[in-house]
Amino acid sequence: MKKLKIMGVGLILALFVAAGCNNQNSGNSGALSNKSAAEKAYVAPGEYDEFYAFMSGGFSGQLSVYGLPSGRLLKVIPVFAQDGEKGYGYNEETKPMFNTSFGFVPWDDAHHPELSQTNGETDGRWIFINGNNTPRIARIDLTTFETTEIVEIPNSGGNHSSPFVTENSEYVVAGTRFSVPVPQKDVAINSYKDNFKGALSYIKADEPGEMKVAFQILVPGFDYDLAHSGKGKSHGWTFFTTYNTEESHTLLEVNASQNDKDFIAAVNWKKAEEYLAAGKGKDFPTSYVHNYYDESTHTATSNTVETVKVLIPSECPGLIYYLPTPKSPHGVDVDPTGEYIIGNGKLSADLTVHSFTKMLAAIENESYEDEIDGIPVLKFEDVIAGSVQSGGLGPLHTEFDGKGNAYTSFFISSEVVKWKVGTWEVLDRQPTYYSIGHLMIPGGDSKAPSGKYLVALNKITKDRYLPTGPEMNHSAQLFDISGDKMELILDFPTIGEPHYAQAIPADRIVPNNKKFYPISENEHPHAVKKDADVRVERDGNVVRIYMTSIRSHFSPDNIEGIKVGDKVYFHLTNLEQDWDVPHGLSMMGANNAELLVMPGQTETLLWEPKFEGVYPFYCTDFCSALHQEMQGYIRVSAKGSNVPLKWSLGED
Amino acid sequence: MKKLNLIFAISTLILAGACGGGQSESTEQAASSDETAKPVAGQAMIEDNESAKNIVQVAMGSADHTTLVAAIQAADLANVLANNGPLTVFAPTNAAFAALPEGTVETLLKPENKSKLVNIIHYHAAPGTYKDAFLKDGMNLFMANGSNSKIAVNEAGEVTVNGANILATIQATNGVIHVVDQVLLPPEK
Repeated sequence: MKKLKIMGVGLILALFVAAGCNNQNSGNSGALSNKSAAEKAYVAPGEYDEFYAFMSGGFSGQLSVYGLPSGRLLKVIPVFAQDGEKGYGYNEETKPMFNTSFGFVPWDDAHHPELSQTNGETDGRWIFINGNNTPRIARIDLTTFETTEIVEIPNSGGNHSSPFVTENSEYVVAGTRFSVPVPQKDVAINSYKDNFKGALSYIKADEPGEMKVAFQILVPGFDYDLAHSGKGKSHGWTFFTTYNTEESHTLLEVNASQNDKDFIAAVNWKKAEEYLAAGKGKDFPTSYVHNYYDESTHTATSNTVETVKVLIPSECPGLIYYLPTPKSPHGVDVDPTGEYIIGNGKLSADLTVHSFTKMLAAIENESYEDEIDGIPVLKFEDVIAGSVQSGGLGPLHTEFDGKGNAYTSFFISSEVVKWKVGTWEVLDRQPTYYSIGHLMIPGGDSKAPSGKYLVALNKITKDRYLPTGPEMNHSAQLFDISGDKMELILDFPTIGEPHYAQAIPADRIVPNNKKFYPISENEHPHAVKKDADVRVERDGNVVRIYMTSIRSHFSPDNIEGIKVGDKVYFHLTNLEQDWDVPHGLSMMGANNAELLVMPGQTETLLWEPKFEGVYPFYCTDFCSALHQEMQGYIRVSAKGSNVPLKWSLGED
Repeated sequence: MKKLNLIFAISTLILAGACGGGQSESTEQAASSDETAKPVAGQAMIEDNESAKNIVQVAMGSADHTTLVAAIQAADLANVLANNGPLTVFAPTNAAFAALPEGTVETLLKPENKSKLVNIIHYHAAPGTYKDAFLKDGMNLFMANGSNSKIAVNEAGEVTVNGANILATIQATNGVIHVVDQVLLPPEK
């Protein structure tokens, strides 16, 4: 028996080595094909995932970060909603991030994350995400995983087709889902067809601090749903899907589903730049807010922009064209070669594929079937390359694996369908649990997809995991797509609602990861860099406490002479210079949240004491063995009392 | 069965190496059945050249503390002294160790005397960050081995611990190091 066992092992080994050492790109069996699903998804303790996956938090307002293939939640980055955990939107330095022309709006609906690109490939510098409610776009820095810039979009209602990036991050776009009067005015709602317009905005994206609207194109009042910019040969163009070409303003469920075809709008933004240079951009007065977080001062500042350049299509021939596309198309996706433009017709059973080459020819030949507000509508037969007869229902999004295959999500039939670009034949289909919305392949919407994994982001969870009351978190499934057929290897819940996701090889982010802020680079106006500078200052009823923290004490930790009615600012500088040692600060009765201060950083907590007495503060993030000893007291005296201002550490 | 496991372990290694499946860095570490020179994984092993140095890293960078570092490693205390702390460590110089009776250090470094060595090293560490200013005359300082050491401060402000002089003080990320000219011997329990 023993001999047989050893021979058996030897045989298995031989098979293992033979199969496993195949070229990883071999068509028949992927390099992983001899492993079980568990082994494919397993990342051993102490090891790193291959990819960072960024998923939108949807109505949570945030951006979540997962490792692939393990599905481990690495972080939730606060973007459009206040977050007590990080003090984001609660400390004085980040409150300005929520400023808009409507005032302080501390929440938004985060839809589509989009990684920055260089030459059509994801580069790991930033990730952008749109806020769909009070239209905004945010930039997140991927060295610190923090939100550093948020800009409002003027003349817009719901920037859903946003923030899709151009090949070198020149721009991120924002097309409006809700047409509104431009500029806003008091009119009857049913004057929609006369008064309501859509706006396609191009926001400069390649310079932190300068993320503002470069120009807007005023377009007919359709709903502009999603977008993608061209790549390679189609670089210089952006494609937007539209639905509600019926221009309905009520019961869209029925009224926006009447037309056989809606459009994909093709925008030549290089032409737009030419028109701007030629002075064709009209200056529309407006008011939108731009907020920028400066990493050296650790502070966000807001400024209001009072004008925006607008291009009118009828005055700018060659700027924009409509390509007829059945039927209420949702996602528009451009294949890695830049030639094929896929319209995922939400209410159609088939996928429409347009050809960029044919589009250019149709434009050259003026093959128009119509014109709307000066925008030529190209002849459908002259631009179409083919149609995928998928057998599925409700196509939404398509991504690519870089090996000539496309994968489309079908919401109503709850499946992913794999098909061949160019021949349009269906190669594989897999069910999702349940009702998939978006799917994501790392780099799958860029020039260079990493065709190993696919994540299905579903809308309905129901019985997929242990139930948690009436509402469950959305489910995601991870597929191995390295072989001919897709294999489901992992199933995990996500936060909020991931409308869209992006993933990037870990090695494009890990080397640039910021471990701490060097204290010498801290330019915060109220920073304290050494013990000798610790102090408390009073100016009228404004008191500033210049405080430091280091394991395991605050300095000062006993403060007296504060009075009821004071505005007390704790300016806390964390003097640590070590990775992953933040200190928290919370003040009893403060009407906001904690501070969570990174090593070398300064942050400010505002406290307005209401009652006399002595109140504690303490460190909230477990920092050291003596974390529980990291605390202090503040004495509050009556308004008008003359208890002297005093501060100390370690004194009796 | 044991042989089978060994074969699988080795084959995993070969596969990982041969197939260039090098996305995760430490595949070799996990599968290896080699137990010799590798210290236990812990905070002391984290690769980080950017952050300021912790107590172990400071000690390892000091030519004057090679004996102490050898003792820390023999006692398997590197991870403890690299942990978040905060700790106050009294660090005897090489000369301080040399001043001990002949053969003491050699004996202590033997594996069979590990628990004695641990006790002595623990007697050199106090939980908390005791910079000079916080060491008061007559203070009983509680040490990690459970006993107290005695602090004295003379009129010139010079601090001694159990009579040993503090030659220098170095800040580390997870605490503070006081360089001392004597080895502190724990009281008998």
